[in-house]
Amino acid sequence: MVNDKVPEIHTAQAEPRVEPLATDGQPSAPEKAPENAPEISPVRRFLMGRGNSAFADSVFHWLMVLCALCIFGIVALIVWQLVVASQPSWHKFGFKFFYQAFVDPDTHQPMFWDPVNERFSALPFIYGTLVSSLLALLMAVPLAVGVAIFLTEMCPRVLRGPLAFMTELLAAIPSIIYGMWAVFVLVPVLREHVNPLLIHSLGWTGLFSDDNPTGLGFLAAGVILAVMILPIISSLTREVMTAVPHSQREAVLALGATRWEMIRMGVLRNARIGIVGGIMLGLGRALGETMAVTMVIGNTPEIHRSLLSNGSSMAAVIANEFAEAVSNMHLSALIEIGLALFIVTIIVNALAQLLVWAVTRGTPSQVH
Amino acid sequence: MSRDEFKIRYNMRVLTDHTITALAILATLIVIAPLLLIFGQVIYKGASSLNLAFFIRSPKPVGEMGGGMANAILGSGIMLGVASAIGVPIGIGGGIFLAEFGRGTKFANAIRFTADVLNGVPSIVMGLAIYSLIVIPQHHFSALSGGVALGIMMIPTVCRTTEEMLLMVPHAVREAALGLGVPNWRSVLSITVKTASPGIITGCMLAFARVAGETAPLIFTALGNQFWSASLDQPIAALPLQIYVYALSPYDDWHRLAWAGSLVLIVLIVLAVSLVRFVTSRGVLKGAS
Amino acid sequence: MGVGIEVATLNAWYGTNHTLQDINLHIPPNHVTALIGPSGCGKSTFVRCLNRLHETNPIARVTGVVRIGDLDIYKDAKPVEIRRRVGMVFQRPNPFPTMSIYDNVAAGLKLNGYHNRRSLDEIVERSLKDSALWGEVKDDLKKKSGASLSGGQQQRLCIARALAVDPEVLLMDEPASALDPVSTSKIEDLIFQLKSQYTIVIVTHNMQQAARVAEKTGFFLNGRMVEFDSTHKIFTNPSDKRTEDYITGRFG
Repeated sequence: MVNDKVPEIHTAQAEPRVEPLATDGQPSAPEKAPENAPEISPVRRFLMGRGNSAFADSVFHWLMVLCALCIFGIVALIVWQLVVASQPSWHKFGFKFFYQAFVDPDTHQPMFWDPVNERFSALPFIYGTLVSSLLALLMAVPLAVGVAIFLTEMCPRVLRGPLAFMTELLAAIPSIIYGMWAVFVLVPVLREHVNPLLIHSLGWTGLFSDDNPTGLGFLAAGVILAVMILPIISSLTREVMTAVPHSQREAVLALGATRWEMIRMGVLRNARIGIVGGIMLGLGRALGETMAVTMVIGNTPEIHRSLLSNGSSMAAVIANEFAEAVSNMHLSALIEIGLALFIVTIIVNALAQLLVWAVTRGTPSQVH
Repeated sequence: MSRDEFKIRYNMRVLTDHTITALAILATLIVIAPLLLIFGQVIYKGASSLNLAFFIRSPKPVGEMGGGMANAILGSGIMLGVASAIGVPIGIGGGIFLAEFGRGTKFANAIRFTADVLNGVPSIVMGLAIYSLIVIPQHHFSALSGGVALGIMMIPTVCRTTEEMLLMVPHAVREAALGLGVPNWRSVLSITVKTASPGIITGCMLAFARVAGETAPLIFTALGNQFWSASLDQPIAALPLQIYVYALSPYDDWHRLAWAGSLVLIVLIVLAVSLVRFVTSRGVLKGAS
Repeated sequence: MGVGIEVATLNAWYGTNHTLQDINLHIPPNHVTALIGPSGCGKSTFVRCLNRLHETNPIARVTGVVRIGDLDIYKDAKPVEIRRRVGMVFQRPNPFPTMSIYDNVAAGLKLNGYHNRRSLDEIVERSLKDSALWGEVKDDLKKKSGASLSGGQQQRLCIARALAVDPEVLLMDEPASALDPVSTSKIEDLIFQLKSQYTIVIVTHNMQQAARVAEKTGFFLNGRMVEFDSTHKIFTNPSDKRTEDYITGRFG
């Protein structure tokens, strides 16, 4: 336990000192060359003169708190403004606003949105939002999960980066550009090729009638929405799938499973809560999507069973009519629709975030 | 089970496995296709219409050729400036709070959750709120209201990405600053934030690119303007807004301009996304131990 | 010039974990004092109580008296003020990654508002010389970043950074444990030279290191200080059986 350096130390301290106390800097070992009076260097003097910055720290702290509170402030602002501005319409129609139907005096057909006579019902827009969003989910979810499975479990490592990058790009494309593409490319394709096929083969279901030759309508909106929400669902699914520990995969493989069986039992089963969360996030985005939908859904405030007919959605009608709305009641009705949209998307998104958070145990920031 | 039964079942399982693989590949192709188609269309249609006039001329009256979208580019620029002035400081401040002061507290968790939820709120709702807040009292549409709407959209995004970047700064760096007796505010700003700054800046860029493409909130705040305007107090044009108006018009010439505008927008976005990837993949914190 | 440290009935907790129990000790000025003990015995927590770094953890708590010089650091001063007078070198070198070598050394001063250019140049040079790094970096002071140096150099940079603010006490928490043997011995030589100017407290799990550099040694076990005496006595003739067991390698 003794080593060769001990003698050196031994000489260095001729008499072992057990100083009872600390007096300022008076050197005690004899061979030390003391600077006698404790000369406080300029540096030390400078630093001792600096305060303890309690005030600056406090100001800084509260400034940051203020910034963080702005997040709550934004929510409060939205709720406050929308509630106040939608009062006239709420006052006049109450809850019926969301499901009533009027009758057009001339055609005796159901009528929902009548700015001229100031009779408003949000029913067609709720219908359109639901139909287009569900259509989108129907198309997007299998594709998104398929892509996620491919990228996490099957894809050669080399391709993974570029493909993931491409899905990120898809998520970043602005809505207006999707709308442009939908109007000039998608709708003509639907009009010329897809819709006739659907009418011909599936017309018996009643979901595809041929009254609307424009190619616009619920289907067009559903397709473009599907393309738009794909990246969100896919990237979230990928994230929760990669969060599943490898040991789970290995355990299933060790039982002699094929790759698909391993994915199904070892990964998807564990990740399914998160995947549901991802789907809900996609739904949330689809519910609120405005520009692309308003460009292809036809902007007709009517309810039809056919997926090929024109319709409207909550976001679309606001975008379409707001700038030209003249009467206060019209504006108020539109804002009330906006409030309803806000509440619904908040609930859907909150649930989705909770599910995702529960699985990934950390809150990845989603930049949609 | 007998050997034959086992063999049959096994073959079925292998078949299923291969089918699924094929479906997954198919799904990937189907997903990538729109991306390529959209990019292709925008580049093809847009490149031919993109010329100098696009960038320096304002729109000509209907029927006349040769107009541009200069006013829209300016308008977007002005509103994005206002938006950044609001969104970046407040967002970074919020991020600093979440990472440096509130870690683990219920309050911070609530803020973080709310920010994430806000990110999913439809942008048109933000526009409605600002319409009610600013446009109505002022009795006119304005660039200012458009900028504010975009700004409050930036706040949650910037806040969360700032927080994430700050959390990546190793604790050792903070301790070193504390150990030197550096005041907390100085340590956070000059050391922690500075170390994370490449990541924070790219987060801001991402938020910037995202709101640059937003149309819905501008429809009834900025309204759009066919003429050249640089005033904060007047309706103002914006690139995505102009694209929207032109796309829905019946004029071919305006359609061409809309494609050109789309190309400009997409290039901006691809640049931003690529830059973000580049910075975060190389490691945000160069040399941090 | 260093000062002595007096510790009386120091207790520290991490949450409900009573990490330090009733520590009493006098650390003499201008000496090197080593603290040894097995992992988790509380020696790191102890030094972190000396510069009030322990309390930065939200679940940490401290009671007792710590006097540096004649200053009760928990009652008479704020943490920021204490940390300017007590320097610390950590286990893993942690230079500021975005700063040059010069800025790293000057950080403690610049970030406290000291901006005298010429004076800073002198201080940086002197600190780097005192930490035996000057010769290796003097041509790249402002060009190279602090993080581009080797591990041993980074640690000496951190020592220079701590010295630049002219502390009265230098705390070193296992400063060489992450370094290779050559760097380790350089740092040990450094400590030897520095002790005439500062009071040094070094935590180490390497007993040979303690024997090499320290004049006094304290042995910690399970949050208590078992024995504190001259290094020679601890290693040749310890009073407590537990110390002897540790020294001879029976545990730890």
